[in-house]
Amino acid sequence: MAMTLDINGKPVSVQAAPETPLLWVLRDELGMTGTKFGCGLAQCGACTVHLDGQPIRSCVTPIEAVGAAKVTTIEGLGGQHPVQQAWVRHDVPQCGYCQSGQIMSACALLAQKPKPTDQDIDEAMAGNICRCGAYQRIRAAIKDAADFGPPTGEAHADIDEAIVAASGATHRGAGR
Amino acid sequence: MNAPVDPKSMKAAHPSRRDVVVASALVGGALMVGCSPADLMSAGSKVEVGAFGPFIKIAPDGAVTVISKHIEFGQGNHAGLAAIVAEELDADWAKVKVEQAPANAKLYANGTMGAQLTGGSSAISNSWEQLRKAGAGARAMFVQAAANRWNVPVGEIAVKDSVLTHASGKTATFGELLTDAAKVNPPADPKLKDPKTFTLIGSDRVRRKDSQAKSDGTARYTQDVRLPDMLTAMVAHAPRFGGKVKSFDATAAKKVAGVVDVFEVPTGVAVVAQTTYAARMGREALKIEWDEDKAEKRGSAAIIQGYRDVLSGKDASVKWEPFDQRGDAASLGTAKGADVVELNYEFPYLAHATMEPMNCVAAVDGNKVKLTFGSQGQTLDQLNVAKVVGCLPGSVEIETLFAGGSFGRRATFQSDYAVECVHIAKKVGGGRPVKLVWTREDDMRSGYFRPIVLHALKVKLDKDGLPAAWRHRIVTQSIMKGAPMPMGKGPDSSAFEGINDSPYLKATPAVDAQVAFPDIGVPVLWWRSVGATHTAFVMEHTIDQLAAKTGKDPVEYRRALYTKAGAERHLATLNLAMEKAGPKTTPGWTRGVAVHESFGSVVAQVAEVKLENGVPRVGRVVTAIDCGVAISPGQIAAQMEGGTCYGLSAALFGEVTLTDGQVDQTNFDGYRVLRINEAPSVETNIVPSGNPPSGVGEPGTPVIAPAVANALFALNKTVTSRLPFANTQT
Repeated sequence: MAMTLDINGKPVSVQAAPETPLLWVLRDELGMTGTKFGCGLAQCGACTVHLDGQPIRSCVTPIEAVGAAKVTTIEGLGGQHPVQQAWVRHDVPQCGYCQSGQIMSACALLAQKPKPTDQDIDEAMAGNICRCGAYQRIRAAIKDAADFGPPTGEAHADIDEAIVAASGATHRGAGR
Repeated sequence: MNAPVDPKSMKAAHPSRRDVVVASALVGGALMVGCSPADLMSAGSKVEVGAFGPFIKIAPDGAVTVISKHIEFGQGNHAGLAAIVAEELDADWAKVKVEQAPANAKLYANGTMGAQLTGGSSAISNSWEQLRKAGAGARAMFVQAAANRWNVPVGEIAVKDSVLTHASGKTATFGELLTDAAKVNPPADPKLKDPKTFTLIGSDRVRRKDSQAKSDGTARYTQDVRLPDMLTAMVAHAPRFGGKVKSFDATAAKKVAGVVDVFEVPTGVAVVAQTTYAARMGREALKIEWDEDKAEKRGSAAIIQGYRDVLSGKDASVKWEPFDQRGDAASLGTAKGADVVELNYEFPYLAHATMEPMNCVAAVDGNKVKLTFGSQGQTLDQLNVAKVVGCLPGSVEIETLFAGGSFGRRATFQSDYAVECVHIAKKVGGGRPVKLVWTREDDMRSGYFRPIVLHALKVKLDKDGLPAAWRHRIVTQSIMKGAPMPMGKGPDSSAFEGINDSPYLKATPAVDAQVAFPDIGVPVLWWRSVGATHTAFVMEHTIDQLAAKTGKDPVEYRRALYTKAGAERHLATLNLAMEKAGPKTTPGWTRGVAVHESFGSVVAQVAEVKLENGVPRVGRVVTAIDCGVAISPGQIAAQMEGGTCYGLSAALFGEVTLTDGQVDQTNFDGYRVLRINEAPSVETNIVPSGNPPSGVGEPGTPVIAPAVANALFALNKTVTSRLPFANTQT
């Protein structure tokens, strides 16, 4: 059946059964392959996208449950998001397969906690497995991204929003 | 500018004995006079070589692309390989790109293996001389071209950041000289730089080239391949290893929207569909009856009990094979006494559990095949696929992509999942691409585990407390069973590497070390650091117990043994780790130390550990590594961090069990892996060295488990006799 989803600020029409996981609609129907398949069971976080700013596992989220909610994927960050820049500065990726999901979880964390503690990072990121073990660089990059730009929470979110806007997506913070 | 050169004009390297053995295995004993193994394995290849050789391409704008014969699946080798070329070529590093080589056993063989394969932590070490020469050769061609154009001696021309200059003020870029340089005959033996003059190698500028693509979702993995008209397939596999399809009913599966076809392949029943989701739903609707007459039905507990019986002599049906025998250690078998220490260790099956489950894309049109996937062993894959479609191995075209991890899993002697994909693509036919997708469950149930291993040791100490006699018995499956070629003389050394070459054994006058390989129907494979995954643990945890037995400090005890064995690199690496760790342990934590050499590199770690709810927590880990010349210090550190996490993950939680032959753990809920809240903080220190580079990807993995065990031993005298820790600590 046809359904319209809001993906990275654009209305997108998809043809899929309502129970189809969002992950497979993104990847197979829309060709947006930045979001990865890792476990199919919400165990590894490789498929993390935002639904109205909240990080969710798209592998277990049927499109009928998405409705009018705004979906943000790794493609929606534009490539130069402060978190992505920090990832590159720290050479975080190794095999890189989990990193889209890691970055989406990190963006959501920073949108809510612009200066996260180690414990905040543990809690927000423990759902994202990295088999290469890039964890200490992920931690460092999150702290680095948190230091990017003005120190206040609101202002940080503005940067987030500005960069997403510059990427061509609608005026909407990727992490919110 | 890459004028094709006839590959036949390139002189084949003199084949080693192993190459000849490989080739004879490949052609089934048929004698092919006048052909080198590389000729045979690359027969039918259409790969062309440019003016600057198989490893360098230079664009009209002067941009340098380094062609990597090795796959990049996390190790950072693409950065290191490119840096070797850029250093000797004096190319502008910021603009150097890396491209994956096509499959060709003659042009792109791993120098240590005679076939194109990435493994054994050898990507950098086997390419070191080859790529230095390639870079230096291309540089000489540009210098000659400039000398001709400017009419000045070559010795007066300098090259920096892809620009050639002469004192007269003349200057030209690679791009400007490209046409002339391409016509210069490549020097046979180009002059290499004095390593003391390196400006790129060893610097922090050697960063990954793929971090951006891997941070913005554009890096292309097998899972991301989208080709016109492509179908997606899943295969229903037998629930037990060795099971076969008896019969199946595809009526319901074929009714699932998007399912295109259902048919049997040698490994099960394939469902071919328009989308991944349709393939999965189609597979769920299949009804299959399995023939399990020849399937392995033993559980892991029964397998371990069987190994214990082999060790005790109760089962004498499995042959013991000696791998080190010196002096009079045989009498240790029955020896008892205060100076005799007896130790036993057990290690479980481990899954590689890469983030990207196994997958492959293949298109078959008659005997024409193209594979697009993260191929780790291109030559093996070509040979195995050629057998399925009936073509020359070299004509099997492979586009190698990034892979979401491997840790050994993507190089099997059978090319298991690639061959499965080719069977499906062959049936679909017409050159229509088929993407085979394995789910996490398929991947974890597929076997190719790190084998179960049991060790039994008896060590007799001399009057100084050092080992006088060492008796060692190992029972495990042989990883090399099923190899197309014998790997050296004697028993499969992957079961005991790290023991027979250990400085501790070298320092021991009498040794009786033997291994037994029972036959088990569970596929096993190398797993990041291979034999060291268990031998490092056994040797290093044993040493701390021997030191304790004689009342000695374990670090001093190691130093005494390294000195006795002349193991200077071990000693220097241990000393660097100790120095960097400093004298003060973080309050509330306990230190454990371990040192191990694998893949030519020595790694020492000082790990700080505490127990939380009975499970070890690892905090600061001070690491020292001697890996020869350090090409990319940043990536060496990344491999120490990642290798430590990989080893710690297995040590804390890793265990695959089988019940009546069926794998119990099918996803990350059952097979726990390390998460960020459990990750240590690894500090990497590199021992300065002028030796050629040695391994980095694997040596960081095996040391953490014994370091943790030694910390627990120091904490409360706990001896860890089986892994994982989480299942043994209470």
